[in-house]
Parts: sequence; C-alpha cells; structure tokens
Amino acid sequence: MNIGGIRVDLQLIADMVAANSRVLDIGCGDGSLLDYLVHFKQVDGRGIELSQAGVNACVARGLSVIQGDADTDLRDYPSDAFDYAILSQTLQATRDPRRVVGELARIGRRVIVSFPNFGHWRVRWRLLMDGRMPRTPALPEQWHDTPNIHLCTILDFVAMCDELGIVVERALSIGANGVATPVRSSWRANMAGAQGVFLLRRA
Amino acid sequence: MTPLQHIPAGAWSDLPGERAIFGQDKPLRLAGGAELGPFALAYQTYGKLNAERSNAILVCHALSGDQYVADTHPLTGKPGWWQIMIGPGRPLDTRRYFIICANVLGGCMGTAGPREINPATGKPWGLDFPVITVADMVRSQALLLDRLGIDKLFCVIGGSMGGMQVLEWASIYPERIFAAVPVAASYRHSAQNIAFHEVGRQAIMADPDWCGGDYLAQGRNPSRGLAVARMAAHITYLSEAALHRKFGRSLQDRQQVSFGFDADFQVESYLRHQGLTFVDRFDANSYLYITRAMDYFDLAAEHGGVLARAFHKTPVRFCVVSFTSDWLFPTAESRAIVHALNAVAANVSFVEIESDKGHDAFLLEEPEFFATLNGFLNSCAEHRGLEGASR
Repeated sequence: MNIGGIRVDLQLIADMVAANSRVLDIGCGDGSLLDYLVHFKQVDGRGIELSQAGVNACVARGLSVIQGDADTDLRDYPSDAFDYAILSQTLQATRDPRRVVGELARIGRRVIVSFPNFGHWRVRWRLLMDGRMPRTPALPEQWHDTPNIHLCTILDFVAMCDELGIVVERALSIGANGVATPVRSSWRANMAGAQGVFLLRRA
Repeated sequence: MTPLQHIPAGAWSDLPGERAIFGQDKPLRLAGGAELGPFALAYQTYGKLNAERSNAILVCHALSGDQYVADTHPLTGKPGWWQIMIGPGRPLDTRRYFIICANVLGGCMGTAGPREINPATGKPWGLDFPVITVADMVRSQALLLDRLGIDKLFCVIGGSMGGMQVLEWASIYPERIFAAVPVAASYRHSAQNIAFHEVGRQAIMADPDWCGGDYLAQGRNPSRGLAVARMAAHITYLSEAALHRKFGRSLQDRQQVSFGFDADFQVESYLRHQGLTFVDRFDANSYLYITRAMDYFDLAAEHGGVLARAFHKTPVRFCVVSFTSDWLFPTAESRAIVHALNAVAANVSFVEIESDKGHDAFLLEEPEFFATLNGFLNSCAEHRGLEGASR
C-alpha cells in the first residue's frame, strides 16, 4: 500500500500535481502529502489543518501550515492564489461541502479532492445485510464517533460538480485492494471504488 | 551590581556591548514629525556573520527588555532575557546564525531616549525627547543594519512589542528580511492594553519624585510610581492559573493574616519584589515613551484600515506564534494577522502553543514552541541555502 512512504491515495494525488507548482493542502493532517510534495516535487506548499497538534507537528517538520477550518477560512484567500487546492479525505467532514468545493475552485486553478465512496458495494452490502451503519476500512468509525457528517457517493460528487459548473479532468477510483482504476463509467466506479480521487477545474 | 539610578545619565562607557551613532549628517525623521540626530543605538551581537552576510537574525525586545538578550545583564547580574533561546544547539543557534539585538529607541540602556543627553542642551532629554513609534524603532534598526553591511536579514524575531517590530519590519522592509517570527503579538494595541498602560503611566506621573519628568536634573527618581506600574503590568503578563499554581492564597512568612496592610500573601510579596527590582534597571520616563509607542501601534490603520495591505505581495516567510493562556495578546489577534497574510497568499505558518503561563510564556522554556521554531528556522535556512541546514 505504501509507495515512496505515503498512503496510496496520497500518492495518487501527488502524481496529479505538476512539479514546481503552488499548492494549498486543506486538512493536511500530519503533513505527509505536503512533505512529499515539497521534497519530491519542489512545490511551494502550504497547509491548513484543524487540529492544533497536527499543525504544530507540521511546522516542527518545516512545513508552512496554519491552524484553520475549511468551512470558514478559505474565503480569506485571493482567487487563483494556487495552482492546486487539495482536499484529501476531508470533504465528508465539512459543514458545507458544496461551498467548500466552490471556494477551492476559486482559489486553485486545479482542485484535487479525494473522499470515501459511500456507494461502494461493501457499504451497500453491510447496510442491506446488517441494517446497521456500515463500517469498512475506508469508513472505520462507529456512527456516533465519526467526524464524517456529509458522506456522498461518487455519483453524488459528480452531480454536484456538474451543478457547480466544475469540470472533472481526471477521476480515479481506488478499490478495497488499494488498486486505482481510471473512472470510465461513473456507475461502475461508484460500485467498485472504496475511494474516489478527482482532478477538477473551473469550466 | 549597580542600579540604573546610580549611573549618571549618558555615562555608558562602563557597560558592555557596542554603541553606534547615527543621524549625524541626516537626522532620522520620526513618525511624529520631529527629527532626531545625532543619536545612539546600543546593541549586542552573538555568533559570526558569514561571508555572504546572509545569516543575520535581528531579535527585537519587548517593553521592559533590552539588548542583553543572551548574556548576563550588567545591572542585575541575571541571565539574558532569551538566554534559553540563543546559543549553540538552541533554536537561535550561534554556530549558524549571527544574532543582533539593539536597545530600542526611547530605551534606557544606552540607546537614545529620555535618559540620554540631549546634544543640543548637554542635559538629559527628559520629556523633551520626541515621542517615538514602533516604526521609528524599526527605521533606526535598519540604519544599524546598513552600518553592519547587512542588506537582508535571514530572520527578524521578537515577542510582544518585539513582535510588533517584526510586523513593522515586514511591512516597511519586506525585501530586507527573508523570514519573520512575531510571537505573542498583535497588529494593533487593544483598548484593554492601552488602558493597562495608562494605569502604569499615571502611577509614575503621580509620584512626586517624577517632578514633571525632570527628576534626573533634580536628582530624584520616581521609583515608587515605576514600581507600581511594573506591579500592575506584571499581573497582565501572567494568568489566573499560573498565579494560583505559584501562590494560591499562601501567606508570606506567617501563620495567619496580620489584620493590617503588610504583604500578608505571597503573591503580594512577589509583586512588590518585581516592582522593586525593576526600578533598579529601568527608567521611568523610558517607560512612558515605550508604552506610548505600543499604544500608537496600529498596522492596519497605517494601511487604510486593511491589514492585508501591509503585506501586499510579501516575499517574506512568516511563522506566527501565540499561547493559549495569553490574555494580553490573545490568539485571536495572531489569527487576525494570519487571515491578513492569507489574503495576500503569503507563506505563513501559525501555531498556538498550549501553556498556562500567560503572556510571559514566550520568555520561558516551552518545548513545543522551541520545536516549532527549530522546524521553521531549519526549513528557512534550507531555502536560503545557509550552511549547516539539516532536517
């Protein structure tokens, strides 16, 4: 699962980023992706992270990271401030995902979003068979202690991008086995993908 | 140790460190309109300037600080106010960086201020000294850098009023600094902070020994007023939790309260001690001038009320630091600086350090603060191509 030291979904995102570009990583956690991008792609990278412990760890490893909230702090940034605005595994925890994606598309010339796909067959199967909120490797928490408040499926996400006038440039789905596949049929990816990774831009 | 009041005004030859004279040919034009010159800046340096002159860090001191940032204070015999921060293996590593710290304009440790001799009269300035601002302090520091042959600082760093100077540096001379670290600071002095300063100033001016500011000429010293000012201010540097942890309601050398007005409580005794020791190293008029400079500081107002304009297109890398229990310069004010920097897409890091030690936390050994500084400075040194950069 680990290639070059970072998680497979992070590696897929990193592969979408052009070298020497300007990057804003929203919800950058402990800074794994940002650190990789700064050192292997020589990007001018910044991060926003909600948890203060995460921020302090990032800054102590030399990354430019601030404590902040995707829902409230993106509006500060000027338009086109970054080549890429990245939101990895954070969309489903925001209060207003639609507005967050709109802000990302304003700040960044390109937007990369990854999220757990609630349409994955395993999720559907667990709900159908158990009648309980599904728990999978991509969605490990109990319903009452999850930070995820706005889960969506790949089809939901594609529909929202359409509504926002945002173009999907590339889309990948990551199966439960960690293998990434380009999305050709959204319907099939929505069934087979445990996670979706999307490269977007304004129309 | 010699208390300040026993040193004749203008007699600095016995104090360690450097002193340079500026404004002989062209006086420094102050924000208040006055012109100052010639005037002195007293400063200390640590470490060695490299051949490229690219490793200099300017440390800006706070209200009651001075240039003795990392060596024994000549008047008190105590360690420098940021000695824990500066030295081999410390965040401001003297094996890698050349550290400069100058006594601010208006100060009382050898830099031009009300306690210095007015060259026009041959007497101490007193209240004839022009009112100075944080921007004036910074402009005078820039002259010192010119003298030292340093075009661009690697970093400018400071806490509290030092942090105000850092922000002013980034605003006036963005091309002259690579990195900026404002700690426990604000972009403007709040109404509450101005109010506390006013209490301090009134305490000084209510002391009959202040003599309308002319106490040096009359051989007196408003030490009681200055001590009260320091006591009031000292409370604002701590936190309720820190005071409680340190003193609680413990009594001072007694079993029960005296039903009088002695220092029954340890916290009273502690504050009295803080006041008494302060007057041995600080000048009352300097206290008036420097608190005024802080009160006048409003970087947003200087830019049409929009703080982001102070940092338009800034190339500077920022690391903003605040402390959770600091109620004098609370995190919200650092956050406002960060929002302004985001608005210009500046390169900024921002950490809030968990501490119950109040505003004074920036002067203390806070491991997470030190780890933050190490990470930020190492990363900057790497980008600046400084020797000895390591991850």
